[in-house]
Amino acid sequence: MSATTTAPAAPLLRGDLTSGRLPRWAPIGVAVLSIALGCAIGAGAGLASHIQWGLIAAGLFLALSYALAVKVEGRRQAKDRFATSVIWVAFILAVVPLGALTFYTVQQGIGAINGDFLTHSMKGVVASTTAGGGIYHAIIGTLEQVALATLMAAPIGLLTAVYLVEYGRGRLAQAVTFFVDVMTGVPSIVAGLFVFSLWTMLKQGYSGFSGSVALAILMIPVVVRSAEEMLKLVPNELREASYALGVPKWKTIVRIVIPTAIGGITTGVMLAVARITGETAPVLMLVFGSDVINNDPFNDPQQSLPLYIWQQYTVVNNEYGYARAWGAALVLIAFVMGLNLVARGIARWRSPKAGH
Amino acid sequence: MAKRIDVSGLSAFYGGTKAIEDISMTVEPRSVTAFIGPSGCGKSTFLRTLNRMHEVIPGARVEGKVMLDDENLYGSNVDPVAVRRSVGMVFQRPNPFPTMSIYDNVVAGLKLAGVKKKSVLDGVVEKSLQGANLWNEVKDRLNKPGAGLSGGQQQRLCIARAIAVEPQVLLMDEPCSALDPISTLAIEDLIGELKSQYTIVIVTHNMQQAARVSDRTAFFNLAGVGQPGKLIELDDTQRIFSNPSVQATEDYISGRFG
Repeated sequence: MSATTTAPAAPLLRGDLTSGRLPRWAPIGVAVLSIALGCAIGAGAGLASHIQWGLIAAGLFLALSYALAVKVEGRRQAKDRFATSVIWVAFILAVVPLGALTFYTVQQGIGAINGDFLTHSMKGVVASTTAGGGIYHAIIGTLEQVALATLMAAPIGLLTAVYLVEYGRGRLAQAVTFFVDVMTGVPSIVAGLFVFSLWTMLKQGYSGFSGSVALAILMIPVVVRSAEEMLKLVPNELREASYALGVPKWKTIVRIVIPTAIGGITTGVMLAVARITGETAPVLMLVFGSDVINNDPFNDPQQSLPLYIWQQYTVVNNEYGYARAWGAALVLIAFVMGLNLVARGIARWRSPKAGH
Repeated sequence: MAKRIDVSGLSAFYGGTKAIEDISMTVEPRSVTAFIGPSGCGKSTFLRTLNRMHEVIPGARVEGKVMLDDENLYGSNVDPVAVRRSVGMVFQRPNPFPTMSIYDNVVAGLKLAGVKKKSVLDGVVEKSLQGANLWNEVKDRLNKPGAGLSGGQQQRLCIARAIAVEPQVLLMDEPCSALDPISTLAIEDLIGELKSQYTIVIVTHNMQQAARVSDRTAFFNLAGVGQPGKLIELDDTQRIFSNPSVQATEDYISGRFG
């Protein structure tokens, strides 16, 4: 009569140990089906943009995998499938533009690249009416400007990071951290304007070096941030082990802490280099651009790759210019990619090894 | 070269918190002194005041005197770096330098102090690794990274590294707590050998270990959470474990608390 005499309620968590399983190929099958359906719907509805086809397919993929999993495996596994599918879709959405950009640049740029293109400047080439000419002067300019900027920014950035991690306490460290954060957000054109006004006050003309100073300003906060994170990762036990051997603090930092973190620090510097290599605005304002080879970064205008691309596109603005711009863009991308590979190599080579 | 440590009226602070209060004791040369007591009672803090490692932590400070024979470690013109050269330390977790080979780990203290002569370093490496009972296991791979050794070997490497700079005192902060029984036995045997040359102070949570390796044992305790730790009793190990003079010591040793 009372509730206590009735049969016990069903357990809150169901006890079944078995449930239906989708076959291993199910996600791929659903993906293929969704793409086919997406194309069919897109074509059937007469949508011109293939991006819309792709988005329809992505939506279908999410909906279908969830529905199928609910039907066969139950709700909890369906949620898992759904989350996995969202991650896959997000991954593909992120990779597609990257792949397309690289593919298109290679496709457009590879034709322009040959021995002449890489070893000649634009001197004596009527850029708007003839093909030919090259990017040698721009490569020289970019290499020198970026190298100078790195020479300035890497030591300053690393030392700032060492200060923040090993010595910084109280107000000054907080202020430094704050200004580094602010500097991270400084638009490159503002850095360019700052150096431009400085150079005007000093009554100096265009030069590669002035561009390097602006690039260094952009680079320092990136280096500080990455080096700071890497130094923080060095276990405190290593510092204490070193102190306990009677090693002074500065020597501990130079010989123990920095070597332990050097792989990550190098990667950070290389990524910062890759970031400033593509900067156009400050270079336009300070280095000005040139059609001839100028090996001296401290006097007279130089050229640089991003600036060259911009000039060929906007100033020349015809098929000859476009071809050169794509060629230079490909070289620029290859350069940055090469730097990243070098950074990875160094990180792997220098990082502490387990070793057996 | 082993020296006597004489501590009087020592208190240590982390910022405004007093961690240990008014500790006075004497550590005899060429002997092993064990520190036991419940967690948080300040054993490790006290150990770290003995080679001025305590003040490495921001905001930490020390009051009182630590005499190493007749020098006050906290004297006004004493260089903490020099103190740490004569009072070495082995930590709870083995911490070999990951960028260095076994060889370089052992001589790190000397190399970083400017000793460069290869023949000298070679001798120190062999002697220290012999001293740490590790030589036979690693003599064929001295140039391999130290991080590739097993935990027990790494800890013995750290001991070799600590004795390579020939300190007068060796402090060990729970050196076996991360090791298996076999490695622990190896380290304990090693401590027994090292005490003929060094003054050894060891912090341990393992009371059998304290009974096995030490000549004298100090029991630390704290009155309650947030209270500073104090030295309750220091006596010959045998007496502490058989017939301690303070009730709290007996309660702790017999497992009635802590």
